[in-house]
Amino acid sequence: MSRTKGLVEIDHFGLDYISDGQATEAVDDVSISVRPGEFVSIVGPSGCGKSTLLNAVAGFRAPTRGRVRVDGEEVRGPGADRGMVFQQYSLFPWKTVRQNVEFGLKMKGIGVDERERMARTLLALAGLIGFEDQYPDRLSGGMKQRVGIVRALATGPKVLLLDEPFGALDAQTRVIMQQILTNIWQRLRLSVLFVTHDIDEAIFLSDRVYVMTARPGRLKAEFAVTLPRPRDPDGMQEPGFLALRRELAGLIREESLRAMGGELAGGLDGLDVMLGDGSLADVL
Amino acid sequence: MDLPMPTEPAPLSTLPRSVPAPRRAAPARRVRTPGWPRLRAVLLGTLSIAIFLALWQAASATHLDFFLSFDNIPAPSDVAVRAMAIVLSPAFVGDVITSCERVYFGFAIAALLAVPTGLVIGRYKVAHELIFPLCELLRPVPAIAWVPISIMLWPTDWESIVFITFLGAFFPILLNTLYGVQRIDPVLVLAARSLGASEGAIFREVYLPGALPAIFAGLAVGMGVGWVSVIAAEMISGQSGIGYFTWQAYSLIQYSDIVLGMVAIGLLGLVSSAIIRGIGRAAMPWLPAL
Repeated sequence: MSRTKGLVEIDHFGLDYISDGQATEAVDDVSISVRPGEFVSIVGPSGCGKSTLLNAVAGFRAPTRGRVRVDGEEVRGPGADRGMVFQQYSLFPWKTVRQNVEFGLKMKGIGVDERERMARTLLALAGLIGFEDQYPDRLSGGMKQRVGIVRALATGPKVLLLDEPFGALDAQTRVIMQQILTNIWQRLRLSVLFVTHDIDEAIFLSDRVYVMTARPGRLKAEFAVTLPRPRDPDGMQEPGFLALRRELAGLIREESLRAMGGELAGGLDGLDVMLGDGSLADVL
Repeated sequence: MDLPMPTEPAPLSTLPRSVPAPRRAAPARRVRTPGWPRLRAVLLGTLSIAIFLALWQAASATHLDFFLSFDNIPAPSDVAVRAMAIVLSPAFVGDVITSCERVYFGFAIAALLAVPTGLVIGRYKVAHELIFPLCELLRPVPAIAWVPISIMLWPTDWESIVFITFLGAFFPILLNTLYGVQRIDPVLVLAARSLGASEGAIFREVYLPGALPAIFAGLAVGMGVGWVSVIAAEMISGQSGIGYFTWQAYSLIQYSDIVLGMVAIGLLGLVSSAIIRGIGRAAMPWLPAL
């Protein structure tokens, strides 16, 4: 398979919401790129439009301004060349694990036997063998999201888009899921655009991290994560990781406070001192 | 209806100062066989039915006439005797079959029209705007109210009664299908589209299965209303069928037959909804068993 595919270019992207005849600027002039095979995360306070960007790449939303291109081609709607993983799993409850994974292949018109063979390979990759004939309702959150990832991968997309995919999982499961995702990504070598509000997660997974500002969402900063791979969850205690984390957390805290309004941010300055370094963001 | 008054919180002074010591663990209860709750449910159910029948039997036997008049009401035993005599007779079986034909035919047409219509108006706003107001106009008219018009509209008795049944079943199925489509998580539709599903595939793979639980709820209600409609229509205008049989028994002073007809109607309704539930369970294996 060619590995030169999966270039995502978001150029001077802007998006307005129209409600009650009023246009509200949700995202303003954001330019982001994902190079083929790269793992890129977007972090930012809630409501900063990071999911909007992802939805634009998925083709669910057309930009008000600017362009979204994948491998040079303008995104005009949803398509199986971009796999989407949703926060709430969004598996089809009436389909078994296998049927969920095979869905995209079925849509492509691939025959039953071939479908089953491909699904089996992917299910094995995600440790889901033995659960093929279960319905999603009977699975744990972590298993559901593994099905969600594998379903999005089954059609062989050039880009994998993930919208806070582990947000609903407990901390232990999240770490395991991050490792599974890393494994899958390293084997398949596809481009990943990952949206999260979890700084540790973004650093642990990514080659590059974009930080967005509070509404309207703009680009605030871009970080390259040069930590060596393979990365270990224990590596989250090492100085390189912690330094990067501190810097990112500072930026995001600034934005979270700004999002709450200037006066409140002023009022919380005292609290910040009391709580000490890094903890206010957690409390908030 | 009187609602129970909320109880006032106890004043602080009356609260115990310390938490009472936890009670010692209760001694192990006698272990019941796992089948007991089920057996108890069956026994209690049978008991209440038996008491009902016994009271009825007593009231009829004594020709109870106190506010209610049981003077002409047949006793359960009379009904049982009568049932033995005629239940397998060609005339009675024929009436049952006629009513079943009418209900199932009318119901089938209703389902075949209402489910696709519900799917389409649930999916497309324009279709909703076009069709839904008409439905809302026709829906409040009970199917029975259509009897005179139906007799004029259709050449035969059979068709007009099927039409009444159709009308009774149509709207519950339509509304439930519509509701089923509307409450499908829109993210599932996005998921399907991002996996390359065409519009037709989304109908087949998302809207239809997603709405299926609501559709089956609508089918069950529609079947019930279908039976109500067919019986009423047969009582008013029929020359055959179990509703006609029941009404005719009244006219002919065959009072045991009235009750026999009622029991038959009840059983037919019960069997019909059981069939729908069975099909529903088979069609929706992903739902937890109820």
